[in-house]
Amino acid sequence: MRVRRAVLATIVTVVVLGAVLAIFLTSPGWTAFRTYFLSKSDFTGSFKSVSRGFWMNIRIFLVAEPCVLVLASLVAVCRQSRSPWLAPLRLVAVVYTDLLRGVPSLLVIVLIGVGGPALQVTGIPTSLFWLATIALTLCYGAYVAEVLRAGILSVHPTQWSSAEALGLSRTQAMWRVVFPQAVRRAVPPLMNDLVSLQKDTALISVLGVWEAMRAASDWQGYHFNGTPLFVAAMYFLIVAVPLTRLTDWLMLRQIRREQGR
Amino acid sequence: MSALLEVDRLRKAYPSTGSGRRADRVVLHDISLAVAPHDVVCLIGSSGSGKSTLLRCLNLLEEIQDGVITFDGREISDPRVDPRAVRRDIGMVFQAYNLFPHLSVLANCTLAQALVHKAPKRVARSRALELLERFGLADKASAYPDALSGGQQQRVALVRALCTRPRLLLLDEITAALDPELVGEVLEIVRAEAEAGMTMILATHEMAFAREVATTVCFLDKGRILEQGTPEQIFGDPREQRTREFLARVL
Repeated sequence: MRVRRAVLATIVTVVVLGAVLAIFLTSPGWTAFRTYFLSKSDFTGSFKSVSRGFWMNIRIFLVAEPCVLVLASLVAVCRQSRSPWLAPLRLVAVVYTDLLRGVPSLLVIVLIGVGGPALQVTGIPTSLFWLATIALTLCYGAYVAEVLRAGILSVHPTQWSSAEALGLSRTQAMWRVVFPQAVRRAVPPLMNDLVSLQKDTALISVLGVWEAMRAASDWQGYHFNGTPLFVAAMYFLIVAVPLTRLTDWLMLRQIRREQGR
Repeated sequence: MSALLEVDRLRKAYPSTGSGRRADRVVLHDISLAVAPHDVVCLIGSSGSGKSTLLRCLNLLEEIQDGVITFDGREISDPRVDPRAVRRDIGMVFQAYNLFPHLSVLANCTLAQALVHKAPKRVARSRALELLERFGLADKASAYPDALSGGQQQRVALVRALCTRPRLLLLDEITAALDPELVGEVLEIVRAEAEAGMTMILATHEMAFAREVATTVCFLDKGRILEQGTPEQIFGDPREQRTREFLARVL
């Protein structure tokens, strides 16, 4: 019975997907679409340049991601602290999350990338790499901080009580007891933001940073062919999909271990 | 003998909620209590009578509005006293176990030893393992709390509290969340600790157990200690009508 149902379900799926593909392939513009987006010579021609560009996306992502996590953790913990010493910082944290979540990332990138150097203050970097990384870190720090804060709030207050009853200070209770549990709960939404950050490294092309998107548009403008856009898309997928699978696996392993299954 | 813990006219109130200028909700009135070393004080009374709140006040998890708490000759209700210094010497176990789910049993037991008592790792480990062994949990040291039964979790919570060698143990209805057949294994540990001379204050619904281990029984009603005395006195010949009614209901 089970096998028969599974076979039937597979057949239905194949038929539906086949139909969708058929609509694509028999559409009146398919030939034009194929020459514009799926040209073999443009694929090989642009491959090297887009690959070089994507290396920049990876570098920015690898630097921005840890910065985002550190910044977001500090902002989230600061907002949940009770110490009177941190009261002004709490206000700054609230204003920061409100502002940076409210403004489109693209705008923040332009404002920082163009406005930063325009101030001509020594210490503000002029390298586009760093300006772009700072802008992305600030944008995503605000989102991730809220995700982590929700995680902190979801930890039952009795965890605080028992940590404090053992003599832990509030700071120790936060970092050793509550925060680790908050992060575990926040992993799925954190993954969303992580993958999203990785994709949004394409936004920095507006600053003229030579990354995958920029390299692809460059080829597109010069050769009047959009195949490199597909190359860029492929690169983003190659990173995003395994990353998601990996964290899924890590999370499930953790859950299994904690629940002893 | 001088008292280890002394409570003098403690008052605890929560600010009134809602609009208007209603009076604060007083949950503990005029609580006075003296606990000598090696005493086992049982707090009995119906739900909402203030047993848990009183225990939470004693290790400063709750702020008090009036009265004095003295621990080991020092006034700990003084706002200048660092609560952490007090909690170093007072262990507490909760009804819902409250183990840390992201840490193994062993790590649960060594966390406070390392962070608060600055015990070297090896010392903390061997102390924890020794207690786990004594209470039949040696094979669970590397397990995570969610993989254990309720009774096992509560025994781990007791071990966690005992690891730091507290001078006073507060037990807040520690068997109330357990299946009846798991209650015994937890009470056994409490009994062993009582026999070993640990000073304890416990809120409990286990009357038979209270009768057996208590040196003093306090009956709480609506935030007051209505009656206190030896178990024979409270269970055998209660003075107050309310106490009689309560005992008639639960026994």
